[in-house]
Amino acid sequence: MTEAEKKPPASSGRAGTRKELPEHFKAYKNVWVVIESEMGAIHPVSLELLGEGRKLADKRGVELAGVVLGSDRATNAAVAAAIFEHGADRAYIVADPALEHYRNEAYTKAVTDIVNTYKPEILLLGATNLGRDLAGSVATTLLTGLTADCTELAIDEEGSLAATRPTFGGSLLCTILTLNYRPQMATVRPRVFALPAREPGRTGQIIEHPLNLAEDDIITKVVQFVADRHSDEVQLAYADIVVAGGLGLRSMENFQLVKNLAAVLGAEYGGSRPLVQKGWISSDRQIGQTGKTIRPKLYIAAGISGAIQHRVGVEGADTILAINTDPNAPIFQFAHLGVIADAIEFLPALTEVFRARLAVNRLAS
Amino acid sequence: MHIVVCIKQVPDSAQIRVHPVTNTIMRQGVPTIINPYDLFAVEEALRMRDKVGGTVTVLTMGPQAAEDALRRALTFGVDRAVLLTDRAFAGSDTLATSFALAAALSKIGREFGEPRVVFTGKQTIDGDTAQVGPGIAKRLKLNQLTYVAKIVAIKPAEGEIVVERRAEGGMQTLSTKLPVLITMLEGTNEIRRGTIDDALRASRQEIVTWSAADAGITEVAKCGLKGSPTIVKKVFAPPPRAEKALQIATADQSMEELAEATTKAIFKRRPKLEEDLIRFSAGP
Ligand SMILES: Cc1cc2nc3c(=O)[nH]c(=O)nc-3n(C[C@H](O)[C@H](O)[C@H](O)COP(=O)(O)OP(=O)(O)OC[C@H]3O[C@@H](n4cnc5c(N)ncnc54)[C@H](O)[C@@H]3O)c2cc1C
Repeated sequence: MTEAEKKPPASSGRAGTRKELPEHFKAYKNVWVVIESEMGAIHPVSLELLGEGRKLADKRGVELAGVVLGSDRATNAAVAAAIFEHGADRAYIVADPALEHYRNEAYTKAVTDIVNTYKPEILLLGATNLGRDLAGSVATTLLTGLTADCTELAIDEEGSLAATRPTFGGSLLCTILTLNYRPQMATVRPRVFALPAREPGRTGQIIEHPLNLAEDDIITKVVQFVADRHSDEVQLAYADIVVAGGLGLRSMENFQLVKNLAAVLGAEYGGSRPLVQKGWISSDRQIGQTGKTIRPKLYIAAGISGAIQHRVGVEGADTILAINTDPNAPIFQFAHLGVIADAIEFLPALTEVFRARLAVNRLAS
Repeated sequence: MHIVVCIKQVPDSAQIRVHPVTNTIMRQGVPTIINPYDLFAVEEALRMRDKVGGTVTVLTMGPQAAEDALRRALTFGVDRAVLLTDRAFAGSDTLATSFALAAALSKIGREFGEPRVVFTGKQTIDGDTAQVGPGIAKRLKLNQLTYVAKIVAIKPAEGEIVVERRAEGGMQTLSTKLPVLITMLEGTNEIRRGTIDDALRASRQEIVTWSAADAGITEVAKCGLKGSPTIVKKVFAPPPRAEKALQIATADQSMEELAEATTKAIFKRRPKLEEDLIRFSAGP
């Protein structure tokens, strides 16, 4: 590290803000994750948060709990069993017909009530549409701090949650504290943290809590729910291999080269933001800060410069292969393997080599 | 029907540069724009007004210079613009911002008629939090509809609205009662070009400018830095990676040789990947 890098980073001008936690917040203890589940299927982001929450709880020497909301007792119990196996010590369960589908009013009431009753110091949610809708309401109702879309969570010297998130379109990172309010709230996007290992047979304590809200008091009604027929979204975020293209491919026709390679690898394909703006790919295939965060084993980026907004979406990839004509392209600063070549010539060659190699080895194995 | 849209003036972050030594944002000369997500909200508000009648007010909290964003909004055909500006608001986080905007919305209600629909964009491109809309809704006890893709029906007389909203794994159709706060999803419409009359009017129109006191805010401690539970501890550039990219390239290789070397390098780094690929990939 150079001397310049070691210097304390520029502060935002709030230096001197001390921790003076009011007396009534001192009882707040434990780390909680709001568990998102649909008919008993747990959203992976909730499990990812349990993995990270476990670390925070251990660091604080406190318990980790999950909040399970749903209409059906048995389903909630099954969800609780699964979260225990993923690190939770406790599950706060609210079972009520009003919680069948997500509705802000009912979910906000459920979460704020149990927070006020059982007083967690940290409350984590997925930065999904559901999590963001709920988190903003819960934080405002509880009048506490909420940090959105964090990429890193830690406990600082004073025992506070230090939540790091991209700012200014991803050009910078900032670390945010909620010193004097409880709970300290944060949301985290899917795939930012790894899934924790499952410990079969691990159990925990279940605490049931009533909703105290009649259906008639809920003004918003669900008229209909149409599931995505093509669940592109989930597949890209959770794909093991992703091949992506950028403006370096020069035309929509050339983007086919990315799709060809993806087909041979059984991979998902995606692209940088300008391709969405040009209409070469649909918006649910955009990778990056305002698109999807991915965490594949292999990420191949062809003709992508590697702007910071793109980088934050792919940093969790295990192996990044960058193909770019410009040896100074920023992508080479975070890729693991780099090929300086014209992607339009190189992609077909790479596709052929993979095709041949996989075919031969498939026969051999 | 009175419709209010909350918009924000943001730096065009595509043009922001970070100072290489001090790690601070170089804002000088960076143009400002209306937060792009808010344009979908403005357009939807105008469509609603055109359909059921009434007026559209745009509201922003920001420095005096945020007047530019409001003037721009007026050129699209918005009826009235309100600027909430006070040094007391400096350093507001989302909780403090929703407090100030909620106060201004209440004042707007008293002065110009209760808003029945309040629109915001999905999120801003500088803060990216998507929290201010839900914050305003809770403070004003408005029904909340976030990530709205489409207004299916609006019936002011019955006080009813039906929307399609993007939920996890699908599209929810929800019905609720007015007054309501809606955050619009991106890509749902296209902002109109206002008429020449709108442009002329925009250049002449007076912008309603309120300080904290004008907006009836007595609890200044709930605004700005003081009213913000979150504290920015540090700001820094993403750290460079320790592992430098391994370059697989020599000048005299053919594309085939280069591709061969690339697959070898991938499988050398992650041998297990090849097994997985053989099992799961599409095949020849
Ligand atoms: C608020 C905000 C949010 C954003 N969010 C995202 C986001 O989520 N995702 C995202 O990707 N971007 C995002 N961006 C845009 C981002 O800043 C960059 O503009 C974008 O990622 C650049 O896309 P690109 O790399 O495809 O294009 P360019 O930057 O134009 O790069 C093209 C690259 O291709 C190389 N090249 C040219 N020809 C060839 C060739 N024949 N073979 C190989 N290489 C070639 C060039 O050397 C260059 O490096 C965002 C921007 C803003 C302001």
